[in-house]
Amino acid sequence: MTSVIQKPENTPEHCPGTESDQAGKASACSGCPNQQICSSGPKGPDPGIALVKERLESVKNKILILSGKGGVGKSTVTALLSRALAARDNDQNIAVLDIDICGPSQPRVLGVADEQVHQSGSGWSPVYVDDNLSVMSIGFLLSSPDDAIIWRGPKKNGMIRQFLSEVDWGKLDYLLMDTPPGTSDEHLSAVTYLSQANLTGAVIVTTPQEVALLDVRKEIDFCRKTSINILGVIENMSKFICPCCQKESEVFPANTGGAERMCNELNVPFLGSLPLDPKVTRCCDEGRNFIEEVPDSPVIKSLDKIIAELIKKCQNNF
Amino acid sequence: MLETVNHIILVLSGKGGVGKSTVSTQLALTLVEKGYKVGLLDVDLCGPSIPYLLQLEGNDVHQSDSGWVPVYTDEKQNLAVMSIGFLLNNRNNAVVWRGPKKTSMVKQFLTDVCWGKLDYLIIDTPPGTSDEHITVMENLKNIKCDGAIIVTTPQQVSIEDVRKEITFCKKTGIPILGLVENMSGFVCPSCTECTNIFSKGGGEALAQLSNITLLGSLPIDPRVGGLLGKACVKEIPDSPSAKVFNEIANAITVV
Repeated sequence: MTSVIQKPENTPEHCPGTESDQAGKASACSGCPNQQICSSGPKGPDPGIALVKERLESVKNKILILSGKGGVGKSTVTALLSRALAARDNDQNIAVLDIDICGPSQPRVLGVADEQVHQSGSGWSPVYVDDNLSVMSIGFLLSSPDDAIIWRGPKKNGMIRQFLSEVDWGKLDYLLMDTPPGTSDEHLSAVTYLSQANLTGAVIVTTPQEVALLDVRKEIDFCRKTSINILGVIENMSKFICPCCQKESEVFPANTGGAERMCNELNVPFLGSLPLDPKVTRCCDEGRNFIEEVPDSPVIKSLDKIIAELIKKCQNNF
Repeated sequence: MLETVNHIILVLSGKGGVGKSTVSTQLALTLVEKGYKVGLLDVDLCGPSIPYLLQLEGNDVHQSDSGWVPVYTDEKQNLAVMSIGFLLNNRNNAVVWRGPKKTSMVKQFLTDVCWGKLDYLIIDTPPGTSDEHITVMENLKNIKCDGAIIVTTPQQVSIEDVRKEITFCKKTGIPILGLVENMSGFVCPSCTECTNIFSKGGGEALAQLSNITLLGSLPIDPRVGGLLGKACVKEIPDSPSAKVFNEIANAITVV
């Protein structure tokens, strides 16, 4: 008689299945947030999943911002998107959740670096950047910018669970989740905990050069393995416009055709490119609102197109 | 396995995409040009870039009696390379692993590769201060490690993450050899005006603030990114980047 191994969805690779004798004991199980439950039985999913589902019920669109590569502008693009979405319609509520535990950038990019998070009866209150834009990050919990979070996976997982299940967002139209580079603990945890919460999809950020695309292809593979809907790819830093002679040049040459060609090859939607504008990078570095400061930047124009495209993609989901 | 290695140097950065891998490869190639035998270990498991940067994609790692045989860039075997990229069947495949599995892989990389006699082993790391880094530290505790080179870009957002990495080094007792500021300016090819795309002077300010040596500032030079396995100091010896790589190599070989 052949036994059929029952595997829950969105498990790590080589998951032995919850019913198996090896559940919670195989090498793939170490570090999985379900390990203890699997090994000690009664078998069942992590109770966190239900908590996250309940907490995020009042959030309409939940979007992960991913990239295999670091420093391509995930945090900047997250900030750009959230600010632009918030500026579009004052009645829509936008929030940003920074799940980059070791290198949180959102507090700085959104200009709220010195704020603190408060606890209330209904959970952690996020920090408000604007009336309709709030943010939560581990950066708010650190006492000094020098403080390092030297945590292994399981501890990071616990923090992400808390972020997803204990922040009092209120009613939201968009929740953008900024992630660290890679395809590891933080990503797996976010995907596991969001599995019942109706995740809208992922936006993938890249830069044009092959060394970045190489890692981004892995991220697309990750999305497919964990069945996350890919809303599209944004190419950041695609061209540099010299502030002196206005000529365009390539800082990171797209020697293999850039993101658009990769999207065609892998059959994922391409949302658009954002040029490099030193004025915008400076605004982000200093946490100022670029929509007010540099409204005529080519970045804003490209961003508008991307946002329109993204909103369409989100609406198609319903 | 690391007893036959004279010097071990870590390349770290809290921030991703600042050029750790580019600095690691060019530094390794510069040392090879100077006549040393060098090893390059890529412990970035989720985003290995070294095989591409050295144009070694598609090479396989072989198993011998004494351990894994690294991949060599040429017949003289002056540069030995090890990366998880050599163990993947397909370059698009993702390594979706949680911490403990990554930890055991890194441990294997540190203990099971037969490097042979090396003057320098350069270890390229992923961004952050987590599993891979803790494992490398723990395993190097009993071995003499020269120290870490920290790479940053000039903007505040990057400096902030790098400050965390410096704290990590201090907490784990790794000496910091110095700081390298990458992407410090871009010279427009049409009007030669130098623009500081990612602001300026952040590395210098950080070096002063944290009391560490600034080893050099590398400008953005698309030619360096396009070298793919060739040494910057040999191919474009007159470029500002080549000068800086020479200075860095001199600084670490004196130690």
